[in-house]
Amino acid sequence: MTEVSQEKTSMTRKWMVRLSIFAVAMFGFGYALVPIYDLMCKELGINGKTGGPVLAAKSTQVDKSRTITVQFLTTQNAKLGKHWEFYPKITSIEVHPGENKQVNFIAKNDTNAKMTVQAIPSVTPSLAAKYLKKTECFCFEQQTLTAHEKADMPLVFHVDRDIPKEYHTITLSYTLFNANKFAKDKKS
Amino acid sequence: MRWRSSLFLILTPLLTFAEQMPTINMTQGVTKVSRDIYDLHMTIFLICCVIGVIVFGAILYSIIHHRKSKGAVAADFHENATLEFAWTLIPFLILIVMAVPATRVLVSMRDASKPDVNIKVVGYQWKWQYEYLDQGISFFSSLATPLDQIHNKIKKNKDYLLDVDKPLVVPIHKKIRFLVTSNDVIHSWWMPAFGIKRDAIPGYIHEAWAVIEQPGMYYGRCAELCGADHGFMPVVVKAVTEVEYKKWIKSQHEAKKQSAAASNKKMTQDELMAEGKKAYDAHCASCHKATGEGMPPVFPALKNGLIVVGPADAQIKLVLNGVKGTAMQAFGAQLDDVTLAAIITYERNAWGNDNIGKKYKKMIQPSDIKAARSEGK
Amino acid sequence: MSDAVMDSHDHDHHHGPAHKGFKRWLFTTNHKDIGTMYLIFALVMLFVGGAFALVIRAELFMPGLQIVSPDYFNQMTTMHGLVMVFMVIMPAMTGLANWQIPLMIGAPDMALPRLNNWSFWILPIALALIGSTLFIDGPGPNFGWTFYAPLSTTYGPPSTDYMIFAIHLLGLSSIMGSINIIVTIFNLRAPGMTLMKMPIFVWTWLITAFLIIAVMPVLAGAVTMMLMDRHFGTAFFEAGGGGDPVMFQHIFWFFGHPEVYILILPAFGVISEVIPTFSSKKIFGYRFMVYATASIAILSFVVWAHHMFTTGIPLAAELFFMYTTMLIAVPTGIKVFNWVGTMWRGALRFEPPMLFAVAFVILFTIGGFSGLMLSIVPADYQYQDTYFVVAHFHYVLVPGALFGIMTAVYYWLPKWSGKMYSHKLANWHFWLTVISLNLTFFPMHFLGLAGMPRRIPDYALQFTNFNAVATVGAFMFGLSQLVFVWLIISTVRSGKPTTPEVWESSHGLEWTLPSPPPYHTFETPPHVE
Repeated sequence: MTEVSQEKTSMTRKWMVRLSIFAVAMFGFGYALVPIYDLMCKELGINGKTGGPVLAAKSTQVDKSRTITVQFLTTQNAKLGKHWEFYPKITSIEVHPGENKQVNFIAKNDTNAKMTVQAIPSVTPSLAAKYLKKTECFCFEQQTLTAHEKADMPLVFHVDRDIPKEYHTITLSYTLFNANKFAKDKKS
Repeated sequence: MRWRSSLFLILTPLLTFAEQMPTINMTQGVTKVSRDIYDLHMTIFLICCVIGVIVFGAILYSIIHHRKSKGAVAADFHENATLEFAWTLIPFLILIVMAVPATRVLVSMRDASKPDVNIKVVGYQWKWQYEYLDQGISFFSSLATPLDQIHNKIKKNKDYLLDVDKPLVVPIHKKIRFLVTSNDVIHSWWMPAFGIKRDAIPGYIHEAWAVIEQPGMYYGRCAELCGADHGFMPVVVKAVTEVEYKKWIKSQHEAKKQSAAASNKKMTQDELMAEGKKAYDAHCASCHKATGEGMPPVFPALKNGLIVVGPADAQIKLVLNGVKGTAMQAFGAQLDDVTLAAIITYERNAWGNDNIGKKYKKMIQPSDIKAARSEGK
Repeated sequence: MSDAVMDSHDHDHHHGPAHKGFKRWLFTTNHKDIGTMYLIFALVMLFVGGAFALVIRAELFMPGLQIVSPDYFNQMTTMHGLVMVFMVIMPAMTGLANWQIPLMIGAPDMALPRLNNWSFWILPIALALIGSTLFIDGPGPNFGWTFYAPLSTTYGPPSTDYMIFAIHLLGLSSIMGSINIIVTIFNLRAPGMTLMKMPIFVWTWLITAFLIIAVMPVLAGAVTMMLMDRHFGTAFFEAGGGGDPVMFQHIFWFFGHPEVYILILPAFGVISEVIPTFSSKKIFGYRFMVYATASIAILSFVVWAHHMFTTGIPLAAELFFMYTTMLIAVPTGIKVFNWVGTMWRGALRFEPPMLFAVAFVILFTIGGFSGLMLSIVPADYQYQDTYFVVAHFHYVLVPGALFGIMTAVYYWLPKWSGKMYSHKLANWHFWLTVISLNLTFFPMHFLGLAGMPRRIPDYALQFTNFNAVATVGAFMFGLSQLVFVWLIISTVRSGKPTTPEVWESSHGLEWTLPSPPPYHTFETPPHVE
């Protein structure tokens, strides 16, 4: 097939290279979806994710005209095993928007080994998540508890004054996961 | 307007037929949302039927009248811009007609008003846990169908694979908010009668709500593949009047006290074995098999199993706490002392195990479990 | 890679294969040989995947567990899905592309013949990897073909890793195949064959190939993340490490939705070739057909979350994905209307390819209707994960994609083999298949609406009757396909010789060649008016 000209061969190669680059780029795009998704979650409240630490609300800006019920839920993940306790000291609280509140959670490691755990927060209704502002939270970091250690873990938060009027009840749920696998301090 | 009434004349018998055959159509359910969904489903279905009649009618007409064997001669057209724009635009308009009610129903389903009852629903492999947030009541709800029915050894009940040991009890005419999450993999809590299907996702919480209009027993299932026994974790909700609901709440609080007392009770061997077989079939047999032969190497055999014929303390501890990294769960959180004592006694005596390892304790009392639990703390 | 290009015509002076026997097939770079291998591979795998389906149906014949354990049942649903999608429909479509695209655009061969050979021979390796999971210790992949995390990551059996590597290989094979197809279409068209003169089948494959290159790498990324989560301490999908299992579903369906169009678009192309031939007319609205195909492909990237309405995505997202999904009905509608427009006032001849094509149009439209119903979010809360969904996607994949392939075989087999099959046998195959497939899948609509979830090995008693019917239908369907195999074998061995045109009023470059075409064709490119 001598008719296949030099020009055609080089075009073929050019397209093969372009398309291969496209395929590799799409593989990268698959990975890029991870940060894109995280960003979308933070902005849009997908899956009820809450944000990182913020400054405490100014005490002058409490909206006394409204109260919001904030419920606290805890769940222990299966991989944590049975020898753990994890619960909020109070299960719900009434707050005015803009008012700072502290709630304590109790965690107890009843195993015979040191363990690292991570509490994962999730809020429902998910669109209310971005109005729940946490100043201090045990969920910001992994917690390492030695054998039979009991820890009192604080959460300081306020509900943003801009929260739409339709929300009366917000549920803040924490699931406690075994994070030994992900422990930042590998020695633990 | 005449076309509408004539359309109605044709559709009414069709609709009545559809309504009277509950096993071929979607349930209308017992909440406003579920009825809205049903209406939406029927509307879209009927629109599809009408389009179907037109399209299939045209095909049929063509098949009958434009056959070459009947002497049809092919026309020469192969383009008609007007026609093609028309059948781009008309479907688009039909879609808008469909989208309007769909959007309305979807928006109405979002309601953040104050709930009367808050229930946390947690999916487990393979059962549901219900927790009444305001009443401090929490229990597991698992399949009630005996294993012998599943394995075709005895006749199947009417409520085969539908019923659970302990249904969720809720009041009617109250806004019930379900907070759904999971303990392990993704499950999906589906109650067709309420129009609710919510995925239970580990680490994340999602909500759904219902105002139930009629008392009754309602049946649903796990809808998301969650492992081997995905087909065996039904959802049952018993909706009762408010008076009955309050009575039930009270009885639950009392039962809690009584079960604490039962842990101190002494049971006979026969009692333990009878209770044990029932509980074993319900909780253990899906992996370890009713014959105790298990499915090695994943699920070890209990018949002549090292742990089961060995020291009792070790077995109690294992059942209470599970085995890390395997499918053996920690049953301590799920079952009460009486049930656990019965299961362990049964395992230590069934399948000829009573003749092996005789030097170890064969009968386990609820008090043994209670002691082992407090030892763990 | 460069010698793959340079050596493209190392058979220059032969008139037949360079090697004999097995070596011919192992080393072949001939598009006809490779097309044949793809098609035979797909046909064999159709029976393997079908056998898995029959295990499922047999278990579901009656309530109670009779044949397999629930865990094995889950392995069957997983394998059935993976095999049918990646090892039947996709290879068969690639086989058709290999045979037909060079013949239809007047090219001597595919542009990258050696790459072509590799793309095929990766398939048996992937098959060996994934097939071995059924024989090694411990359960095979048992989490459905969608392998949602964490069931497939934290809770997946060790064999999951085999599946991950198999998917890498299958992805690689189809990406290489697609690169080849695009390059061939762009560079090797005969003089005068402008893009807007290309047969619709070539157009649909061009668009499909772009879809494959766009989304198969995303799937490869998803399974690589799974692999990393399982073994290298990352937490893409594990909430405990800061990941999100729902993100897996987003990534998976970003691949998964375009994937379903990858399966169906080439079938659209086949139907668009067959209906004009047997209506003795040109395709109605060629331009609209091309635009509609392109619109479907573009829309397929912005509808993925309709598979996830019950995961609790926000209202705004639900509305967005509902509207985009409904919108797909417009270009799909155009296709159906244009097929009907082609038939309208034609001179229809109901020879076997036409029978399958008409059945395709009708039954695929039914699948389209249930798809439209599924797009309605509130109603989807009731349909999601039930047999209604199973009925829907089997209606678009069996009388859709699979019928597309069968139509193509009935249409082009006489060209490929030079021999005509028995119309009587083909009619038997057609009617048995159509009846049994409706018997199998139509009752599933009712089962789903009445509340039967998918992927369960056992069910409540109210679902008994329809399940029994579906099982009978499924076994009939399976047996009917033996007729198809017999038809192909008997045609190739002892069919009646046929003419170059094969069909009355067949139209296109492939019909200008002798039947069967010589080993090398269009060595001098034809000129298209």
